Amino acid sequence: MTASTGVSTSRNNSDGRSNDDALLLVDNLSVGFPTEDGVVHAVRGVSYTLRPREVLGIVGESGSGKSVTSMAVMGLLPKSAQVSGSVRFRNDELLGLSESALAKFRGEHLAMIFQDPMSSLNPVYTVGWQIAEALRAHHDMSKDAAMTRAVELLTTVGIPRAKERANNYPHEFSGGMRQRAVIAIAMANDPDVIIADEPTTALDVTVQAQVLDTLTTARHETGAAMVLITHDLGVVAGQADRVLVMYAGKPVEIGSVDDIFYTPRMPYTLGLLGSLPRLDAGDAERLTPIVGSPPSLINLPPGCPFAPRCPIRQPICDVEEPELRPTTSATHVAACHFSEQLEGKSPADLFQTSVADDVLPEDAGESEQQDRVVRGEETAEQVPGGGQS
Amino acid sequence: MTSVQSAPAVPSSAPSERRPVLEVRNLVKHFPVRSRGLVRRKIGDVHAVCDVSFELYPGETLGLVGESGCGKTTTSRVVLNLQPATSGTVLFDGREITGLKQSEMRRLRREMQIVFQDPYASLDPRMPVNEIVAEPLRIHGRYEKNGRRKVAELLRTVGLNPEHGNRYAHEFSGGQRQRIGIARALALEPRVLILDEPVSALDVSIQAGVLNLLEELQDRLGLAYLFVAHDLSVVKHISDRIAVMYLGRIVETATRDELFASPAHPYTQALISAIPIPDPVKERARTRIVVTGDVPSPVDPPSGCRFRTRCPKFANQLSSAEQQRCIEEIPALVDRGQGHPAACHYAEVVNVL
Repeated sequence: MTASTGVSTSRNNSDGRSNDDALLLVDNLSVGFPTEDGVVHAVRGVSYTLRPREVLGIVGESGSGKSVTSMAVMGLLPKSAQVSGSVRFRNDELLGLSESALAKFRGEHLAMIFQDPMSSLNPVYTVGWQIAEALRAHHDMSKDAAMTRAVELLTTVGIPRAKERANNYPHEFSGGMRQRAVIAIAMANDPDVIIADEPTTALDVTVQAQVLDTLTTARHETGAAMVLITHDLGVVAGQADRVLVMYAGKPVEIGSVDDIFYTPRMPYTLGLLGSLPRLDAGDAERLTPIVGSPPSLINLPPGCPFAPRCPIRQPICDVEEPELRPTTSATHVAACHFSEQLEGKSPADLFQTSVADDVLPEDAGESEQQDRVVRGEETAEQVPGGGQS
Repeated sequence: MTSVQSAPAVPSSAPSERRPVLEVRNLVKHFPVRSRGLVRRKIGDVHAVCDVSFELYPGETLGLVGESGCGKTTTSRVVLNLQPATSGTVLFDGREITGLKQSEMRRLRREMQIVFQDPYASLDPRMPVNEIVAEPLRIHGRYEKNGRRKVAELLRTVGLNPEHGNRYAHEFSGGQRQRIGIARALALEPRVLILDEPVSALDVSIQAGVLNLLEELQDRLGLAYLFVAHDLSVVKHISDRIAVMYLGRIVETATRDELFASPAHPYTQALISAIPIPDPVKERARTRIVVTGDVPSPVDPPSGCRFRTRCPKFANQLSSAEQQRCIEEIPALVDRGQGHPAACHYAEVVNVL
């Protein structure tokens, strides 16, 4: 099966799966932000399908575009953002809809949970009122009925003494309880898709465990599918059915959770796994970091964006950006020219336990000539004659 | 392997010589809570650190781990005398340092340095990196002879290119900034480094490099680390011994391997079991010990055992007579037959990994 490049009429999406029963279909989604220095291509062609009741984990480091992707899906990006591609919910195209048309989908079909519950709750209304508001926005119901339902929802997400707590303001809740209140709001209208953007990152681990349990409850209660965005590979391992690994605004590997963790076919995925200190590891071996830093998304050079940090880089990697191609199975795709070389490799085979980190971010990925010009001007201003690299 | 070249010579005592370089005894730190209004009377105390004792030996890493608000950062600040202790003693090399004058403390700071959590906030954005690293040398009058060479050496020691010394902090990545912070801390050739969440602001692929660097520096320079962090996987990776804190108290302390093989305190067990393992099969097969609720307010901590309000053992396994003991009596941090000290009246080893 060949991977198509995500033409919306094709039968298969570029993650190797058919589009027929997809609930949410994201196709070749790109987002650019114009800045003074040029357009930041934060998302450069993301395609994925989400089936009913499925949990898709999106992982990647900060700046890889995982949050921007989901903001684009929800239509929450600022007007200045240049969004292209397609986002379809069942058969309705969401991109380009007016605010009022989108409002019908939000809450009712698509719900979102943000990282910081304090900034997604309104500090001047009680928690119960805010849940009731979400209910009344989509259903014709009385205030009292909405409030009763709000208390039920708070009970479902595990808030003790929900009836009293519904009258509290967000600042009277602890971090974990706030996030559970946000989950209650997301559940309120029985959405089909819940997008959770780093839902537990701001929380302590014991509270994280509680909130992850609550999310599972929310999924079972509503039957919703979930897009779980996180940088924590441990959370993904426990929650997700499928995993999408992002790097420099693009998916670089998509597969089932077992594919990604046990047979990764993209050096970046392998590198991520090797740099994790693990509770289940035996003696403290040295970790294998990925040297360097992600490229700037303005004026991205041609070729594979991971090439400057890649241990198996070849000349072709600097010329041609690899497409997602099927690897161990048709539904496990990776964007690497040499993915077959990763068969049976452990992170330590490829990456070194290096200690140095001596390339500045702005130098990485730029051509050497360009590099020298920029550097010359800069250092000349600061310290004459100093710091030529 | 990228080896790190010549480093400043550090008078390191052999790790076999078991005399602690840092000794903390019954440390207490309370912060006053004041009323509103003009007079601002004191109406209570935040019990940030209560009766904390530990030793740090030369060349070893002691991990101080706990959730937010457990007092681990306050402990590190009080140990450095950046905040005065309410009571208790801190001995550096057998010498009492609590209550030392500023000028005396400054001399001591050569021996004990801190690396802060946020490399974006702890480096002066208007200073070139060379100057940031040179600052402690200048303050202590050690810059004059070979200052420039020393700074270049330090940058090389932490895996940076000395040629970038004229650049400013914003030109470096997060991991590199943290390395600059480490170079600055190493400038005075200290014997103890206090690392306050040194990698929690970094992405995993970058964090691994900084952890490797810290291990390498310790091997070479014989540094002792007090490693303060909330991430148990990171603490497990780097520490020789670990102390687990909860609401101002150490609840369990053991060598790394013992703590994970045989955790005896219900809080340690819950903490270990709550950390997700990046392995789908193992992760899905685990049973979680779920702790209910949130950490109580340190202004009014629970009587007796501070963990009892959330303790699954207290709630599900103990009889009401046994519970009474948890409510009335503060459990001492002693070995009750588990091989290492745990502050639980009913300590019992449970395998949670």
